Amino acid sequence: MGFNIYDFSGMTHNMHLWFMERMSPTATTIVEWTVIGVSYMLFVALFGLFLVYAERKVCAAFQQRLGPMRVGFWGVLQTIADFIKLLMKELIMPKSADKFLYNLAPFIVMIATFLAMAVLPFAKGLQTLDFDIGIFYVTAVSSVGVIGILLAGWSSNNKYSLIGAMRSGAQILSYELSVSLSLVTIIILAGSMQLSVIVESQRDSWFLFKGHIPSLIAFVIFLIAGTAETNRGPFDLAEAESELTAGFHTEYSGIKFAFFFLAEYINMFIVAAMATTVFLGGWMPLHFGSIESFNHVMDFIPPLVWFFMKVCGVIFLIMWFKWTFPRLRVDQILTLEWKYLLPINLVNILLMCLVVLTKFHL
Amino acid sequence: MSETKEIIISSDKIHTDQYLVNMGPQHPSTHGVLRLLVRLEGEIVHHIQPHVGYIHSGIEKMCESLSYPQVIHLTDRMDYLSAHMNNEAVCLCVENALQVEVPDRVKYIRTIMDELTRLASHQLWWCVMGMDLGALTTFFYGLRDREHILDIFEETCGARMTLNYSVPGGVMFDIHANFQKRVKAFITEFRKKLPEYDQLLTGNVIFQERTNDIGYLSLEDAIAWGVTGPSGRGSGFSCDVRKHNPYSAYPLVQFEEKLDTRGDSFARYRLRIEEMYESLHIIEQLIDNIPEGDYAVKMKGVVKLPEGEFYQRVESARGEFGVYIVSDGKKNPYRVKFRSPGFSNLFALNKMAAGHKIADLVAIMSTLDLVIPDIDR
Repeated sequence: MGFNIYDFSGMTHNMHLWFMERMSPTATTIVEWTVIGVSYMLFVALFGLFLVYAERKVCAAFQQRLGPMRVGFWGVLQTIADFIKLLMKELIMPKSADKFLYNLAPFIVMIATFLAMAVLPFAKGLQTLDFDIGIFYVTAVSSVGVIGILLAGWSSNNKYSLIGAMRSGAQILSYELSVSLSLVTIIILAGSMQLSVIVESQRDSWFLFKGHIPSLIAFVIFLIAGTAETNRGPFDLAEAESELTAGFHTEYSGIKFAFFFLAEYINMFIVAAMATTVFLGGWMPLHFGSIESFNHVMDFIPPLVWFFMKVCGVIFLIMWFKWTFPRLRVDQILTLEWKYLLPINLVNILLMCLVVLTKFHL
Repeated sequence: MSETKEIIISSDKIHTDQYLVNMGPQHPSTHGVLRLLVRLEGEIVHHIQPHVGYIHSGIEKMCESLSYPQVIHLTDRMDYLSAHMNNEAVCLCVENALQVEVPDRVKYIRTIMDELTRLASHQLWWCVMGMDLGALTTFFYGLRDREHILDIFEETCGARMTLNYSVPGGVMFDIHANFQKRVKAFITEFRKKLPEYDQLLTGNVIFQERTNDIGYLSLEDAIAWGVTGPSGRGSGFSCDVRKHNPYSAYPLVQFEEKLDTRGDSFARYRLRIEEMYESLHIIEQLIDNIPEGDYAVKMKGVVKLPEGEFYQRVESARGEFGVYIVSDGKKNPYRVKFRSPGFSNLFALNKMAAGHKIADLVAIMSTLDLVIPDIDR
C-alpha cells in the first residue's frame, strides 16, 4: 500500500485504487465514507478520553495534587471507567421538557464538532476534505454548535439552563467575530483559504513568525476568542457551576451529558488544531532559516508527531487559562469582545494589509 | 404560590419582564442549605429574599434542657468554622456569671486557639471565594495550609473542627507538648505562603474587575443591618469585639483593627487577608509567653448559674457572636439566645447585591463568608 509516515497521500491514493479495482465506484465511495467515519469516531472517542485524562492531570498539577491514580497505572483507565459509568447511567428527562428538542440538542453539538473536524489537515495527505474555502467552512460549521446549546437550554425548561444558554449564545456569537477576523488576518497573509495551501506555504517559516507583529496579535486574539468559543474557563459562563449549577446541561444525564462533555473537549482540540494549522505551521516541522543540519533533524520527526505536539501545546495553554483565572462576568465578557478585541482586530487587519502590500513578509 | 405572586406583583405593577429563581436550598454556591428567592430581569438581580430555616436544628431550645457544660457542645455545631470562639463565648458567659477568674494560662491558650480558628476559617473562606469566582485552584491552596492548623488542633484536643476544647473554668486538657513548636513552625511557613494568595487571586485583573465597586454597603447600612466582622469593617464600621470589649488575653496583645471605608467586595476581601496577618501577629506575641500554671480552675460538679441574665460577646471569624443566657438558678439555662453574625450579615445581601448581575450575587455572598448552620441554628 506504500505506507510512508512522512506522506500519506500515496497510501490513501493506493487504497482508493485498491477499492476501485474490486468494487463499483458507488460501493467504493460508500466503503470509503464508512472507513473515514469510523476513524473519526474512533479518534474523537479516544482523543476525547485522552483529553479528559490530560485535563485532570494538568489541573491536578496546578492544584498540587496527583489527580486520578487508582484505576490503572497512574490512573490512565480512570476516564474509561468514568465513560462506562456514564453509559450505564439512567437518562432522566424533566417532565416538562420539550422532548424532541431536548433529545436533538446533544446531537447537534456533536455533529457540529464532527463537521469541523473534516477539513483539519493532520499530516501531509491526511485530510478528508480539502476545500478551497477551508477556513471559511470551519468557522461556519463550528458556530452550528451554539444552536445545540441554545436548544438544550431552552428545551430543558429550567431557568438556570436558559440563562446559561442565553449567555452562551451571546458569547459564542460575539467571539465568532474575533475568531473569523483573526483568521482573516492570516488569509490576507497566505492569500488562500485552503488549509493545505496554508500549511504548505509555511514550509520555511510559520505564519506566526512570518507575519511579524500583526500575526502575533492575531494569534493571541485567536487563542482568547477560541477559548471563549469553546466555553472554557475563564469564559465558562454558560456552565458556571457556582452560579448556574451546570448551566445549559444541568438537566442532562448519562450519555447525553457525555456528548456535551466530549464535544467541549473536541472543540478545544479543533481550536488548538486551527491555531496550529493557521499560525504554527500545521504538520510542518520547525525550520530556522538556513541552519541546514537543524532543519534536517527537525524533518526527521514525522508530521503527525509535529501536528499533535503543537496541538497539545496549545491545548495545554488553554487548560492553563482555565485553572488559573477566575471567571469573567457576562457584561465583562462582551465588553472585552466588542470594545477591545474587535477594534484591535480591525486595526490588525489593516496592519497585516500593510505588511503584505509592502512585501515585508517575504 | 402566594409568596411568588406577592413578589411579582409588588408595587402595584405586574412585572412581566421579571422572573423568580430559587437559588437553593440545593445550590453549589450557597454553601449549605440556604434558599434565596431571587427576582431577576435577564441577568440583573432586582430583589433577593433569603429564606432560612432549612437546617434549623433548634439548638437554642435544646440548650434549655442541657446543663451548661453540655451547652458548649452544641455551640460548635452552629458556626463550625469558628467552633472555638463559640465555645469560648459560652464559657466566658458562665465564668462571668459565677465570677470565676480563670488562670492566665487559660487566657493565653484560648486566645491562641481563637486566632488559629480564625486563620483556618479565613483560609477556607479564601478557597471558597476563589471557587465562587471560578478560580478553582485557590481551593486547594487554601486547604493545603488549613490542614496544618487542623493537625495542631487534633494533636491538642483530639478534634479537628468541632473542638469542644473550652470548658467553664478553663480548657479541657493542657496543650500538647508539641503545641508551641508546631504553631511556630506553622507561622513561619504560613508567612511564606500567604503572599501566594495575593499572587494567585488578588492581583488578577479579572478578580479586580469582579470585586471592585461591586456590592457596595454604606457605613449607615452596615450599622443599621448589624453587619459585623470583616464584612462590617469593610464598610468602615469599627466593630471588633476584641478591641472594644476585650476578653481573654486580647487586652495584653498589640494588634490593629483593620478598617476599610470602600465598602465593596474587594474591601471585604482585602480585610480578611489582612486579618490573617494580624492573627499571625497576635499568635506570635503569645506563643512564647504562655505562663505556667493550671489549665483549668476546679469547678463544682454541677454548674449552676445565679438567677439573672448574662450576656457575653466575642469576635468570631464572621463577626460578633453573642450568648445571652437567662438563668433561674437551676442547672439548666432558662432561656438561651445566640446572636449569630451570619444571620445579620445575610440580610444585608439584598442591599448589596440588588442591581448587580447573578455572578456578582454569588461573589458578594462569598465576601460575606456565610456559614448556614450559623444562620439557622
